[in-house]
Amino acid sequence: MKNSYPQFKSIQIKNVRHWQTGDLTELLIAEGKFVPELGCQAELVLDGQGLTVLPGLIDAHVHLRDPGFEYREDIISGTRAAAHGGFTAIAPMPNTNPVADTVPVIRYMIDKAAVAGFCRVLPIGAATKKQEGQELSEIGLMTEAGAVAFSDDGLPIASASMMRKAMEYAAFFDRVIISHCEDPELAKDGVCNEGIVSTEMGLKGIPSIAEDIMIDRETRLAEYLGCPVHIAHVSTANGVECVRAAKARGVKVTAETCPHYFTLTEEAIRGFNTLAKVNPPLRTESDRLAIIEGLQDGTLDIIATDHAPHHADEKDCEFSLANNGLIGLETCFPLVYTRLVEPGHLSLADAVSKLTSNPAHLLKQPKPGLEAGLVADLVLVDLEETVIYDAASSLSKARNTPFQGFELRGFPQLTIMAGNITWDSGRLAAK
Amino acid sequence: MAKIQPLTAEERAIRRTAEDAVTQLSSRHLLGMQELSPAEIMLILDTAFVMKNILSVQTKKTAHLQGRSVITFFAENSTRTRLSFDMACKYLGATTSNIGSSESSIRKGENLFDTVKTLEMMSTDILVMRHPQSGAPHYVAERIDASVVNAGDGMNEHPTQALLDMMTMIEYKGSIKGLKVAITGDAMHSRVMRSNVWGLTKAGAEVRVAAPPTMTPRHLEHMPCRVCHDVREACEDVDVIMGLRVQLERQRSALFPSVNEYAHFFGIDSECLDLARPDAIIMHPGPCNHGVEMPTFIHEHDRSVIHEQVANGVAVRMAVLFLLNAKRNAEINYEESTR
Repeated sequence: MKNSYPQFKSIQIKNVRHWQTGDLTELLIAEGKFVPELGCQAELVLDGQGLTVLPGLIDAHVHLRDPGFEYREDIISGTRAAAHGGFTAIAPMPNTNPVADTVPVIRYMIDKAAVAGFCRVLPIGAATKKQEGQELSEIGLMTEAGAVAFSDDGLPIASASMMRKAMEYAAFFDRVIISHCEDPELAKDGVCNEGIVSTEMGLKGIPSIAEDIMIDRETRLAEYLGCPVHIAHVSTANGVECVRAAKARGVKVTAETCPHYFTLTEEAIRGFNTLAKVNPPLRTESDRLAIIEGLQDGTLDIIATDHAPHHADEKDCEFSLANNGLIGLETCFPLVYTRLVEPGHLSLADAVSKLTSNPAHLLKQPKPGLEAGLVADLVLVDLEETVIYDAASSLSKARNTPFQGFELRGFPQLTIMAGNITWDSGRLAAK
Repeated sequence: MAKIQPLTAEERAIRRTAEDAVTQLSSRHLLGMQELSPAEIMLILDTAFVMKNILSVQTKKTAHLQGRSVITFFAENSTRTRLSFDMACKYLGATTSNIGSSESSIRKGENLFDTVKTLEMMSTDILVMRHPQSGAPHYVAERIDASVVNAGDGMNEHPTQALLDMMTMIEYKGSIKGLKVAITGDAMHSRVMRSNVWGLTKAGAEVRVAAPPTMTPRHLEHMPCRVCHDVREACEDVDVIMGLRVQLERQRSALFPSVNEYAHFFGIDSECLDLARPDAIIMHPGPCNHGVEMPTFIHEHDRSVIHEQVANGVAVRMAVLFLLNAKRNAEINYEESTR
């Protein structure tokens, strides 16, 4: 399946609100770029009245399951879901089969996404061969092939000495190591946050210190080596504090969190709700509030989805046996808008930066924006209309979301990547 | 230990007419003590005393569950729970069958839903299940029409154990209200502890839990109990001392240095008995690791009611099956009347 939306050499979008200034503006696109003027009538003229325009969103952390687990998701369904969620670039983690630890897998992912034409794929290569934490993978060659960062993600590198080598080696190629911070021994067999809920429900918990200790280790390593490091999906209050302190010391550390960590707490698993089972686990209310604070003061640079599609059967089972993770591409911006911007925790501009320029910087991508000369990546969102989210609307193969029935605003109506329409709700009237 | 004279049928009838009393369970499943209201707990216990009378006569047979089918599905080992459910069914006249995980298709990789659906499709009315995963009965209950009775799920709950413990306490203490109960041992892995804390506190008891620090689940103090790390502190002035089984099969790594050290610091000894009330009773859900949770002389002490607990286990399970069947009948009647 390929992108079959009609495409136009030139597009004019009138009457849209600019995400930074709030002013009504007009966008002109020709040959895939924003232009100051067209010099002729645009092939497509759209009226964006009531909508707000943002640069195309960039997700620094997704799972596309392709190659190897196409029954959960593949590059086509995953990139369609991304376009549906307003993304124009997404960075998949390497836990595929085979693992994305060699050039052919990296090329396969980029090319398959390019042919489909829904969203750019910026692969994250495995930091160690087969994500086994034993030997460095071919970081240099994968970088040449288009890998934007390196990580063993869900199989965290247990050895500090191995992590040191990965950070030093990747830095030589101007690439960052992304660390899923979890001490495997402390977290062993855990299925949810260790705390009141795990104790009451009789579930084995994952203590917050399993995350905190590893964030501390990574920031100390980065400080000692002078290398950059990126902390994936921060979920704990002490983790936020640890990153904040490291930044104050001048460590080259960046960090991300996900919409579920500022929206939900461990209470969401009550009743053995496998849809809220995720790793790192949903934590406590005080952690949730600390995550919001971290986003406010810039400690947390990036909002990523950790989009993790699973087959229905992998969630429809006993809680302890259910897979971790939730789909997030299509609810990301609405959650950011409804749960962070509307209540006043973040300005729209700050929130959008965490979904555009900050991840672009991490992943060595050109600076996103709507200015003339830049690649025409954009999304038009409706900040007014309330939608009761229904996972049935998802373009992902998976439906594992804990946000079913949430009342949200900010759903994307039109996504354009390099001048091509990649998602169109049909709401915009052509003039 | 002397038992308190049980309530007569008339006295019980009077209590049943009290304002907060209920005559029926609100759910057709029994998943945990968390899900039961105090009035429902009293209903089950009152019914259990009636059932116990049936057990005391020579012809131990009734027709309350005649024509009903009960399957006991035990995906974990059990002697007393499984057998007492089986006996309870038979005393009530139900058709019963047993299946364990070692002889079931779980061994062939069949998932839980397919397994229980298969069991249900054999015209099963009530499915009694034990499972190593917390929440497994809750998962099943949402997906089948048969009634589900939780006979122990992972570390979560074991409601019929808590009910039989409460029944035993009533036999010896007259009432749960106002009792001080010490629960000692492996609190982290214990579904018996969790069910007893929920149930006893709903019935008005004060519960203390004493466990080694490595066997104390985090934030246990947020459950309705007082957390003591010292067994002796917990036993002071209590009416009931309940030892928990050290669940060697559920421990993922050694949580105490040796059995010897465990027994020395965390076992129930004569000092604990001296600290407790002179008429305090000793309980244990079994099976007991003699010399670990308590030495044999305490297990067989004249204040020990451990064997009586087993007898009450049958009565409580009869009561649960009887009441769930009544609830099912009521639901069916309601459906027919509204058809």
